[in-house]
Amino acid sequence: MAEQTQAKKYSKPLPHIDEENRPWWEALQRHELYIQKCGKCGDVRYYPRALCTNCMSSDTQWIKCSGRGKVYTFTTTYQNQAPGFRESLPYIMAYVELDEGVKMLTNIIDCAPEQAKIGMPVEVVYEDVTPQVTLAKFRPAR
Amino acid sequence: MSLSRKTAVAGVFEHPTRFAPDKSLFQIMGESVLGALDDAGLRIKDVNGLCTTGMGMGGMGIVSLCDYLNLTPNFVDSTSIGGSSFVAHTAHAAAAIHAGLCDVCVVVYGSTASSSRFAIGTGGGGGGGGDPCDQYEIPFGPTTVGSYAMIAQRHMHDYGTTSEQLAEIAVTMRLHASMNPAAKYRDPITVEDVLASRIISSPLHLLDCCIISDGGGALVITSAERARDLKKTPVYILGTGETVRHAARGQRDFLEIAAAQTGRLAFERAGVAHKDIDMAMIYDSFTITVLATLENLGFCKRGEGGAFVSGGRLRFDGEFPINTDGGGLSSNHPGMRGIFLVIEATKQLRGECGPRQVKDCKIALAHGTGGALGTRHSAATLILSNQ
Repeated sequence: MAEQTQAKKYSKPLPHIDEENRPWWEALQRHELYIQKCGKCGDVRYYPRALCTNCMSSDTQWIKCSGRGKVYTFTTTYQNQAPGFRESLPYIMAYVELDEGVKMLTNIIDCAPEQAKIGMPVEVVYEDVTPQVTLAKFRPAR
Repeated sequence: MSLSRKTAVAGVFEHPTRFAPDKSLFQIMGESVLGALDDAGLRIKDVNGLCTTGMGMGGMGIVSLCDYLNLTPNFVDSTSIGGSSFVAHTAHAAAAIHAGLCDVCVVVYGSTASSSRFAIGTGGGGGGGGDPCDQYEIPFGPTTVGSYAMIAQRHMHDYGTTSEQLAEIAVTMRLHASMNPAAKYRDPITVEDVLASRIISSPLHLLDCCIISDGGGALVITSAERARDLKKTPVYILGTGETVRHAARGQRDFLEIAAAQTGRLAFERAGVAHKDIDMAMIYDSFTITVLATLENLGFCKRGEGGAFVSGGRLRFDGEFPINTDGGGLSSNHPGMRGIFLVIEATKQLRGECGPRQVKDCKIALAHGTGGALGTRHSAATLILSNQ
């Protein structure tokens, strides 16, 4: 039982969820990935926010993503002294360009460092790290 | 209303310390201010403008520094945009003096990053905090070095840039450090040494990364007219530029960095061309920072940085000398480095650099980069001349 509690303890930093970004994090809890699209000019944006940075309209639509994209760039981290990460070295951090046209920072998992390549097709994996927070990570597309 | 040649750097001081467990942060800043004033031939009571920021001070650190030095200036600026801040402060001081807001403005920085054991590049968080953008980054383990590494990875992919080419930058900085008695690391290194050092965040090795030191420095800025009556040759401020870059709503072109805009602004305002620059101080937090900056400032075309930094071009006696003090890669990097860029450029323009002096140095460029190149970063460019 004590061991189980230990295993459940999540020590990496967690996002602060507020009213502006809650719909995005709640969608991830349902294992769905959305980005925002402006209802006026059609510009897509990430991360989510209350206004379109192209035309400043607050008419916001949410579009459901396919969960597929390509690695735009990446790095395999061998040194990070922050709690939670220093125990999980090395790890791959990447910008993934979603098929819907925005780049998001994420981790590539289930992938050996030497296997990671720019342009590599990837697919989303939902990691439920706490009861409140699910993270969108990616793995090589199958 | 052009600022060109209306103001000048009248005094500079680089604190000689690289490790100062016996000194406080404010003591280092105080000694730096007095050093720069002495260099200019001015006294503390002449100072009526102050610019500073730092990692070790509180949110109102500039007010605390005024308290420490018993100053009540007419102009204060604590713009905090990372390592480039002090290059931007120099521009702000010039504008404030030109506008009549103050007469003598001191720009100062100090840090005990080394003796306080800050894990600057690899401490997690990547500078992240409570801002909206941070919430989409901190869960994934961003580090400062990792952010720059992703720029290097993309540059290598798009243009075939190699680790050997990046290593040449580190090798040249160490050569320059070997001629700077105050530099922290002075033993020569080779390309092979850089490639054999451990990977911190691929593709960047340990020796692709700046060092961590204590240190500090200060500048005295005043009107060109007043500077001509002071102790040292005035170094005139010809042109300035500052801006930021970020994720651009997820649509950023990562190899276009803030330097593209600040370089354009500074050259336009200075009324000089790239070929007129005799030496440059380019913020070298990592080797890739130098390569990407040189491309974005327009010294070579995008994608040609690898070839440009090769063959000894960047050496003090090469075709395009940079970072003659040894840079952040070998001389000092106390958390933020912008102030040292202006100090060394000024010393070069005054012909005070001894064995590492660039011949016939008349116009110099200093370019600071702050923050994380792969996400939110800032840049500030200055063009300076002794004529």
